Amino acid sequence: MNGVAHPISLDRDRSLLYVLREELGLTGAKYGCGEGECGACKVLLEGLAVRACAIPVSEALGRSIVTIEGLAQGGRLHPVQQAFLELCPFQCGFCTPGMIMAGASLLSQNPNPTEEEVRTAMDGNICRCGGYLRVVEAILRAAQGTLRPEARSR
Amino acid sequence: MSAPRSGVPFDLAAPNERPYFDRFGDGLVVVLPGRRPGREGWGRGGPPHGGAWIHIGADGKARAFIGKVEVGQGTRTALSLLVSEELRLPLDAVELTMGDTDVCPWDMGTFGSRSMPDAGEHLRTTGAAARAVLLEIAASRLEAAVPDLDYQDGRVWVKGTESSRSLGYGELVRGLRRVEVVPSSTHPVPPTEWTRAGRPTVNLGALETVTGARKYASDLRLPGLLHGRLLFPPSYGATLVSVDLSRVRSMRGVVSVHDGDLVAVAAPDPLTAAAALRAVRAKWRTTDQPAEGEIVSYLRRHPAEGEEFWDVIHHSVGNVAAALSSAPVTLNATYSTAYIAHVPMETHAALASWEGDRLTIWLGSQTPFPARDGLAEALGLTPSNVHVIIPPIGAGFGGKHAETLALGAARLAKASGRPVRIVYTREEEFTQTHFRPMAVVDIRSGAKENGELVAWQFQILNAGSAAARTPYRAPAQKVDNQPAESPLPQGPYRALAAVANNFARESHMDELASRCGIDPVGYRLRHLEDDRLSAVLRAVADRAGWADRGSPPGSMGPGRGRGIAVGMEKGGRVATFAEVEVPANRRLSVVRIVTGFECGAIVHPSGLRSQVEGGTIMALGGALFEAIHFDRGRVLNPRLSQYRVPRFRDTPPIEVVLLDRRDLPSQGGGEAPLMAVAPAIANAIYDATGVRLRALPLVPNGTVPESDREGALRSPSKGPPSQARALRRPRGTSRA
Repeated sequence: MNGVAHPISLDRDRSLLYVLREELGLTGAKYGCGEGECGACKVLLEGLAVRACAIPVSEALGRSIVTIEGLAQGGRLHPVQQAFLELCPFQCGFCTPGMIMAGASLLSQNPNPTEEEVRTAMDGNICRCGGYLRVVEAILRAAQGTLRPEARSR
Repeated sequence: MSAPRSGVPFDLAAPNERPYFDRFGDGLVVVLPGRRPGREGWGRGGPPHGGAWIHIGADGKARAFIGKVEVGQGTRTALSLLVSEELRLPLDAVELTMGDTDVCPWDMGTFGSRSMPDAGEHLRTTGAAARAVLLEIAASRLEAAVPDLDYQDGRVWVKGTESSRSLGYGELVRGLRRVEVVPSSTHPVPPTEWTRAGRPTVNLGALETVTGARKYASDLRLPGLLHGRLLFPPSYGATLVSVDLSRVRSMRGVVSVHDGDLVAVAAPDPLTAAAALRAVRAKWRTTDQPAEGEIVSYLRRHPAEGEEFWDVIHHSVGNVAAALSSAPVTLNATYSTAYIAHVPMETHAALASWEGDRLTIWLGSQTPFPARDGLAEALGLTPSNVHVIIPPIGAGFGGKHAETLALGAARLAKASGRPVRIVYTREEEFTQTHFRPMAVVDIRSGAKENGELVAWQFQILNAGSAAARTPYRAPAQKVDNQPAESPLPQGPYRALAAVANNFARESHMDELASRCGIDPVGYRLRHLEDDRLSAVLRAVADRAGWADRGSPPGSMGPGRGRGIAVGMEKGGRVATFAEVEVPANRRLSVVRIVTGFECGAIVHPSGLRSQVEGGTIMALGGALFEAIHFDRGRVLNPRLSQYRVPRFRDTPPIEVVLLDRRDLPSQGGGEAPLMAVAPAIANAIYDATGVRLRALPLVPNGTVPESDREGALRSPSKGPPSQARALRRPRGTSRA
């Protein structure tokens, strides 16, 4: 988990999200629906975005998981985080961690997506505040590497 | 989380008796007292409302306090910008505390687009008064006259001597314990002279948001935390007959509470809490409730009194009956909207903790002060013994009021002696909050042969009174709302009744224009009485490339159509243009939207753009496909897999046109931008197909019907055909 091993008991069935939030105190991934519809709980499992509410924790054993808390590396924000910081494509911000994880996963598979590819890849993430157009813009900007260089060193 | 402190909440003490300096250190405090509500309007009979206060500390920072809360509208940033403007302080030297009931001014709640016109104005005035006192102190220290001073970024100096002798705000107030009430002669910086407000700014707290560090109510924990669940009735209106908690009491570590209608359980982890809730045996008495197909006739048969400020409107000018009977062109039509849900991404959440007999509660709520006062009453405490703190909230949209949940958490915490958190499941969020009311609007209009409107009768059923009045000139008018007994919980929702009422009105204006063969934009401009609204309509028509064509529907080419609508509400003026495509398979695509908006002087441009764009997208859902389905008090689609909200692929290109009127006071932008989306799309569908759809959602299954037989009033899903026939009015008109 974000580069650290955590022993987990398997005496009860529970989702990866439950373990993250309630047992490990990692609250960046959010509960939005509990049925894999909204994407607020997305984390990277072996580098790919998954819905943590829909994955039994047993399936995550021994595999690498990155949550929003572990996405920045060496004090540097991930380019998708940096783009979100610059464009603020959020209002209440509750869906943002899941959006960023989905965006990071997309760019790791497809570093230069088209707008249509971004919309398709992100369609499993809901933003009820309606930030979609700016999220697309932020992910495209992250892909194009047109972020403000001086702001990258946070 | 900072530890709760005891003491009398500031709003319950006189301005000069509050322990500002014990709490926040020496300095200068400037207070704008709340105002006693007038005899009419929201909050009448209640305590003084609103106001603000600002503390300038020895660290040179400005700490500002207001009773409004941030639910994602961007007001934390916008309001901080206004303080920063008045004091010429950098944004990071302003700390804004919102809705904390121990230290903020009493406020009725964050609704009705009042944050900018109320809290914004109060902070501007208070900031201006604080600036005046700071300059007065500086003038004395620097032995100069106030007009000879200049100031910037928290430092004051005599003009021409900047480097040698400047004083920081912190130096000016060091050792001071001075409280000033804002004098009536205070003049905030006019928006035309703003140098900080009105400019692009990154939202405050953005770094915490993108790193997952931002803690929402549902993320908070305290040592020894228990997780609570509430027992809810199986259907709306059901009452508890008996409850058996014996199985729950035998579960290890589980606490239960039964007090009147409140039955609640708490356990050390959410899984055990869920199991405990399942172990409750309860008997319910259900009440007779209508099926979905009967809803319209049910509402018509069940009139109710309604609440003064949401519901009551009786507006009458001239003799409508006479004007209708003599008008050469008349048009009758009925429009409806379904019950829809708020669906904030964060469900309701509360965390309650007691210290002795003092309760602290972290609550996702838009109404902290009424929550405090309600909790105090329910728990038999004085308001001083309840402290409500509003952490970041995962949106509200008019749906976060949270008192049931807060009371449950408080009772469980008291019973267990431990902090208790309750977070609604998504299903609870759907079934145990409230919906936007189902609405029916009957319109009868009359016009001269040349289209000039002479009679306007607008009869609303159950929507509410928001945006009921028409912005169009009509010499004879009658506008009424008849509230009804709803068979589902209903209440406030972003834009309130403005969406339903404006959908009806703006669809109808289009029908009239079409009937008279007049261009819809020209027809509106001819009748609009508000120049600001006309200006927004022109701006949107220009951007959309609308030219008066006076030509029949379908002129955009096969399957293409365009529509336009306007609206005016809560001080905001909006116009929305929509272009749609309806191909041979009848599947509707919205291919382009232009939304123009004007709400006076713009304080936080990117925040406002987000509100307008986001409001447009939220309104798309209610316009096209959102609907709560129900049967006899039970919600049938209480999950995100069953209740569809707009997603990335539902979102067309949206162009936002903002008109910045620095000569006018700033109004709210969170609500009005929703109100013209549905009619613009309905009008575009008519333009493309000749089919007039008069019920929201317009295309619940995604396709446009072949004729408006199907598109005429239907109850939200599948009403019996006989009823649909009875309520349907023929498209077009009857000529007298």
